[in-house]
Amino acid sequence: MHGLINRAVQSFVCVTYGQSCWLRVADAAELGFTEFEAMLVYDDDVTIRVLDAVCADLKRPRAEILEDLGTYLVSHPKMEDLRRLLRFGGVTYVEFLHSLDDLSDRVRLAVSDLCLPALELIEVSPTEFRLLCHPGLAGYSSVMVGVLRAMADDYGALAMLSHDGQDGEAEVISVVLVESAFAKGRHFDLGARKS
Amino acid sequence: MKGAGDLAGLLETLCPMFVLVDEDGRITRVGPTLQKLRPGQPMAGKDFLEVFELVRPRSVTTLSGLMSLAGAKLHLKLHGTPRTALKGLIAPLPQGKGAVINLSFGISILDAVRDYALTSADFSGTDLAIELLYLVEAKSAAMEASRSLNLRLQGAMLAAKEQAFTDMLTGLKNRRALDVLLGHLVSGNAPFALMHLDLDFFKSVNDQYGHAAGDFVLQQAARIMIEETRNDDTVARIGGDEFVIIFKGMSDEVILSSIAARLIDRLQKPMQFENNTCRVSGSIGTALSTQFSSPKVAEIMNAADLALYEAKRKGRSRHCQYSALGGLCHGDATSGVASD
Repeated sequence: MHGLINRAVQSFVCVTYGQSCWLRVADAAELGFTEFEAMLVYDDDVTIRVLDAVCADLKRPRAEILEDLGTYLVSHPKMEDLRRLLRFGGVTYVEFLHSLDDLSDRVRLAVSDLCLPALELIEVSPTEFRLLCHPGLAGYSSVMVGVLRAMADDYGALAMLSHDGQDGEAEVISVVLVESAFAKGRHFDLGARKS
Repeated sequence: MKGAGDLAGLLETLCPMFVLVDEDGRITRVGPTLQKLRPGQPMAGKDFLEVFELVRPRSVTTLSGLMSLAGAKLHLKLHGTPRTALKGLIAPLPQGKGAVINLSFGISILDAVRDYALTSADFSGTDLAIELLYLVEAKSAAMEASRSLNLRLQGAMLAAKEQAFTDMLTGLKNRRALDVLLGHLVSGNAPFALMHLDLDFFKSVNDQYGHAAGDFVLQQAARIMIEETRNDDTVARIGGDEFVIIFKGMSDEVILSSIAARLIDRLQKPMQFENNTCRVSGSIGTALSTQFSSPKVAEIMNAADLALYEAKRKGRSRHCQYSALGGLCHGDATSGVASD
């Protein structure tokens, strides 16, 4: 599993549940270290052990934790870079939803060895969408529910998200847009630059 | 002029940074994004070369000259500040009715989006500007992560290197470090003195009181050598109870003798380890790089070895200079002499 993914889990646990929780998890997962390197690749098995350890430590189901991870990736100030990259997908939430088809290609453009499963958006009606998460990364659809929910807030859209079973091998997320301009949303300045 | 109006409408959709000029080179229309670069200063009505400076090709200063550049790449700059650089392409209209000049930011896009607070809506749907901005940010983030990994790896490498050059028991330099240092000194023709020190009676401490006592004695000996030498001298442990001290820039045998005497004096003092009193001493042989016309590392080491051997032969706890060996082996330090 790519270090960026492991690093995301580490960052999420540290920021949300504290450093001591992370150290317990690293210990329980028998990592032999406490810091993932974002730009190295680890055995898939390592990530599974870490997630199992997080679930055991917090006594919460994995899907719930992964959803929170998705929300964290978009909404936490520490993850502003990632939020910006996602906002490049479109000017409105619906445009953003349509850009998800390209997400895995966009990701590979930035980090060539980070392969995410394909996503496919099906427009049921102008306000109803089904997002097909193709297989390749267990739990990806749970993370995506968190990401999509947080991005709706980011755009100021009011959307209802839920898991909607399977479509062949793909896991389906249903997105119902209640209002596209519900709140002001967060600002996105194309030319913002880190000092 | 219905035709021109249609054309402008078309251009607004397709290339929001167009300039439409008439046959006199006067701007008749500009795209909305281009006008955004100079808010409150309508470009329409001005001469093209009044608003834009043609940077390349440099020779062209008139509109007719510009017209002849159809299809060629233009490098332009806006007059006034910010002096944003633009790329352009000119296409003359039929029947000499002026021309369309399409502009884009090129590489200045990064500054332009910030300077003019541009948004996605300012670019045409087929423009790769947004993708470019995305890539710059994504690649910068990835590069930053790689850079921080590189820094940590470099730190780990330095630590590993340091460890590779350190004798872990005593914290002194090891044989490898000594070889590197001697190589540098000799190739740089820097004068130095080399002291070869062997602990006397060390084996019996080890045999009598065990390895822990032996290790303790080695650590104490190392401490004494560090304390009796200057900061830029180098103390290395090169074998079980063998040490080499390099005195950079030193060629005074009187000073070296007094250092050797102090070392032996302190090494001879009993060392208390747990309930045992360990007694060792030191024998020292010293050679100077200046004693050789074109010194080689092996030569100087050998000379110090010979002197050490002489010190041992004379009854240990002594210091012997290579220069004092006299005709015995002076200038013939090639025969290897093993120290015990």
